[in-house]
Amino acid sequence: MRTIDQTTDEVLDLAAAHFKVPRAQLSPEDDFFEKLKIDSLQALELLTRLENHFGVELPDYELQGVSDFRTLAGRIQARL
Amino acid sequence: MLDLTKYDSLGAALRDALDRWPDEVCLIESDRERERARLTYKDFKNSALPLAAALQASGFQAGDRAAIIMTNQSKWLISAYAIFYCGGVLVPLDYKLTAVEHLQLLAHSTARVLVVEYHLWRAIMGQTAFTELRTKTVVVTEAPPNADIAGAQRWEDFHCNSVPEFRERTRKDAACIVYSSGTGGRPKGCVLTHENYLEQCIALTSLYPFWPGVRYLSILPTNHAIDFMVGFIGPFTCGAAVVHLRTLRPEFVRDAFTRYRIAYVSVVPMVLKNLERGLKARFAELPRHKRAMLHALIAVNRALTKSRPNLKLSRMLLPQVHKAFGGELRAMFVGGAFTEPGTLQFFYDLGILVGNGYGLTEAGTAVTLNDFRPFRPDTVGKPLPGMEVRIGDANEDGIGEVLVRSKTVMSHYLNDPEMTAETIIDGWLHTGDVGRIDATGHLQLFGRKKNMIVTAGGKNIYPEDIETVFEGLPVKEFCVFAAGYLWPNDAKLTEEKLVIVVRLEAAQQWTDDLRRDLVGRNRRLPDFKRVSASLLWDRDFPRTASLKIKRGELAQQIRSRTSRDSALTPL
Repeated sequence: MRTIDQTTDEVLDLAAAHFKVPRAQLSPEDDFFEKLKIDSLQALELLTRLENHFGVELPDYELQGVSDFRTLAGRIQARL
Repeated sequence: MLDLTKYDSLGAALRDALDRWPDEVCLIESDRERERARLTYKDFKNSALPLAAALQASGFQAGDRAAIIMTNQSKWLISAYAIFYCGGVLVPLDYKLTAVEHLQLLAHSTARVLVVEYHLWRAIMGQTAFTELRTKTVVVTEAPPNADIAGAQRWEDFHCNSVPEFRERTRKDAACIVYSSGTGGRPKGCVLTHENYLEQCIALTSLYPFWPGVRYLSILPTNHAIDFMVGFIGPFTCGAAVVHLRTLRPEFVRDAFTRYRIAYVSVVPMVLKNLERGLKARFAELPRHKRAMLHALIAVNRALTKSRPNLKLSRMLLPQVHKAFGGELRAMFVGGAFTEPGTLQFFYDLGILVGNGYGLTEAGTAVTLNDFRPFRPDTVGKPLPGMEVRIGDANEDGIGEVLVRSKTVMSHYLNDPEMTAETIIDGWLHTGDVGRIDATGHLQLFGRKKNMIVTAGGKNIYPEDIETVFEGLPVKEFCVFAAGYLWPNDAKLTEEKLVIVVRLEAAQQWTDDLRRDLVGRNRRLPDFKRVSASLLWDRDFPRTASLKIKRGELAQQIRSRTSRDSALTPL
């Protein structure tokens, strides 16, 4: 069973890979809209990628009000 | 389609529609690959009437207000019809607002009933202001079996076998109260009448007809002025069908086009750009010779459709592209915010008609719409039938404020006669948008007179909506402006930005700590509401006798002493 820190790490890895941003530039408290330079639709694409990786289903509303990696990882962790 | 001139209310028109096409499919609800519901008009009626009966049994009367806060799904439309059947006034709230904002608007609208999705209700229950909620009847959808819903009723339990009484309304009665912005200090609740909606429907369906078998894909929220009309009232009064997706993931949206053979869809510029990006990425992946062939065919299509679209020809020349959109797409509509001409032209050249338009909630759904005769992507189209549009105080280039007069213009702002009087003057709606009408009758927009922006997702953001997050910032004073309001001559509708103007204390310096504080507060706002730049001002803000900032005067000072590019520091 993953810890929240492991989950957060994997989220950062996947986000960096999907949006082609250097992994070293990302940290858990970062705002993903700013750091990845994406809009809310692209954030939904990331959600699909995360679902496939973690093997959980994340309804769109899990993103509502969320804009940093750590909180997003928390939403995933709650469903693991 | 029904002859809407014969009806006085949405409830009456929908009631007849349900009886006219009982066996036609009216609603499909899909969640990713799973189809959750497929209803005929008869099924829809049988779902809605027990709900209407339960509402009446709970004391809901004609003229009472009922709010809905849900993502797009069949229960949304069923609830709306049940409310209209009872003669109620619908308050469709944006599910993307925060729970605090939901509570504020429920209080402002004095909604007696609320139909709400479980996860949104859970967020509302968690607020301290929850104890002040006055809404008497709350119906929660999709609540897990053992969940605590604070005394609300479950959708599954909220129905009655008694026959509900249909309550007639007149054309001038309020049909809906639609909030055209977030809340901030002053919620703008547009009171739209049955006449507003019926007239809008007549105008739109005369240009873009629906009929039984036509499928509309509803991805914009039904609470919004566009999809309420084009994804509910329009199709239903014509016997057509609406497809609701429970997710907006691009891959499932793409899939829905093909699976449901979609004829029409409305999007906002953000979604359109996303589609454009996806298509361009797919084109770029093609082997070189295929890509060259594709571009040649696009060029041919563009040349042959210069004066008029030719859907049949375009589908023949570019079959793969059209297949990706299901092969039955007649048109996409885009609105809610400014769309770049380049994006519209990209789709037009592929033979995919993207009809852009201009509207505001205060005037119903759409004021102008492009009719492709010919295609003018540098404009927002021509006034719809029944719309009078003129330019107020036009300068020598014919540019001035866009004024609208029509039967679709709202009645008033709820509980705000002052703002109403400032907005509707001598029967003309003052839109606050700046434009001109060219020689062919097309409207072009250049900016905003109002101090506000509209995001690519179609959201209206007023500085008042967001200033509270900066309260406590250790500076002498601050004020938020739309950049276009400060420098109207440099206004870029493609790049609407919010700017925070800061006046420091006497010996204060602009330090890294201060900047971090500002950025931290900015982050607390949802991404689309954030301020993008700061401006340090070297004078005290002009204020009224009651110490309110004189925004107009401050903006004038800033404008006369600075230029947009030199004055701003990105955050």
